[in-house]
Amino acid sequence: MTVVLVDAGGTNIGSVRYALQRLGVDAALTSDAAAIRAADKVILPGVGAAGPGMARLRELGLVDVLRALSQPVLGVCLGMQLLCAHSEEGDTECLGLIPATVRRFAERPGLRVPHMGWNGLSVQREHPLLRGLNEGEQAYFVHSYAVPVGEWTLATADYGAPFSAVVARGNFHGMQFHPERSAAVGAKLLKNFLDL
Amino acid sequence: MLSRRLIPCLDVRDGQVVKGVRFRDHVAMGGIVDLALRYRDEGADELVFYDITASPEGRSVDRGWVEKVARVIDIPFCVAGGIRSVDEARAVLHAGADKVSVNSPALERPELIAELAEAFGVQCVVVGVDSLRDADGEWRVRQYTGDPSKTRALLRRTLDWVAEAQRLGAGEIVLNCMGSDGVRQGYDLEQLKAVRALCQVPLIASGGAGAPEHFRDAFADADVDGALAASVFHSGAIAIPALKQYLQAQGVAVRIP
Repeated sequence: MTVVLVDAGGTNIGSVRYALQRLGVDAALTSDAAAIRAADKVILPGVGAAGPGMARLRELGLVDVLRALSQPVLGVCLGMQLLCAHSEEGDTECLGLIPATVRRFAERPGLRVPHMGWNGLSVQREHPLLRGLNEGEQAYFVHSYAVPVGEWTLATADYGAPFSAVVARGNFHGMQFHPERSAAVGAKLLKNFLDL
Repeated sequence: MLSRRLIPCLDVRDGQVVKGVRFRDHVAMGGIVDLALRYRDEGADELVFYDITASPEGRSVDRGWVEKVARVIDIPFCVAGGIRSVDEARAVLHAGADKVSVNSPALERPELIAELAEAFGVQCVVVGVDSLRDADGEWRVRQYTGDPSKTRALLRRTLDWVAEAQRLGAGEIVLNCMGSDGVRQGYDLEQLKAVRALCQVPLIASGGAGAPEHFRDAFADADVDGALAASVFHSGAIAIPALKQYLQAQGVAVRIP
């Protein structure tokens, strides 16, 4: 099985790569369209802002390449947000693979932004990506923008209100938290993605 | 519900984890990767590594061990120590750190915070604040605290600096209350509450943990998002699994792995 990590300039690529190595998979880091098309699994990581993230994908000529993929794709954190239609962050048009608008958390007393830390996952819909996940198991989040709950939502987390923690639409999947930094829970979910 | 975080702090010097009392007199505690793994296994929520001599020695953090830690650890970790440019931060983040923490260099040049936030997003940018109460009753910031001979007292008020750091793009504040550090008499709740009142980003308490109640007080009374401690964890005086059970029984939201 070949797994590629799309090099869109995010800084967490190294840690995602190490997490895959711990699962016995050596993923190549690439921005090459042919390598991405040929891979069995494609992961779009990314930490940073939506605008620069999309700008980088456009510069690399990867926007249409990613849109046309038919193998399982996983967006992590910003990578998941880039799968959506639009992000309020920098008023950015994204890949449009999940028909959602990414919105900033509303700041209010006691609700600090960024949402940073471990939060529980609540399963909304059965899916192979969530195999073995127990209600309330926690994952590590770091983000200021979130994907609302919709038909694409597999699992939610709650921060002031529920938001999408895991999404899927067709072959496109996303995790808002960092599975590579979510201890055993994260390893289980990454393994599930590799097994899709 | 978001859990409150327990964060062992590993002060790094010459490739070893060390611990001093009131920022002085450091003794070796063990290897970096060994201790990181031990805390991960015990259920620590996050780790912070401070290269404590980087800033006073005018150098950036040694990235070799950052990568070693990133390969074996599957919980988030933050690295601090002499990071004074976007390029240096990028190197540490690319080596596998999840966040960088800036302290003395941000005091030298506050725009560094804005540059880091612009380059990596605020969620990667932690501002460490070393703070001590002066004789006039004001909390003020200290610089170069890794080396007592180079530590400087600044005129900057702690509360002013926290407000400015947030405005510039800090995604998290770690408040090191130097007056209580290493003496295990509890976190400085008065100071934490004062900072909490004006801190809209996550706030981490540091300095003074000696007993489980101290953690509960920091979470329940000062409403901090995380509590950082070193010697009580390194020595085994407080075991993280037992501490989490205690906190849960006290009504504090924690992650029991």
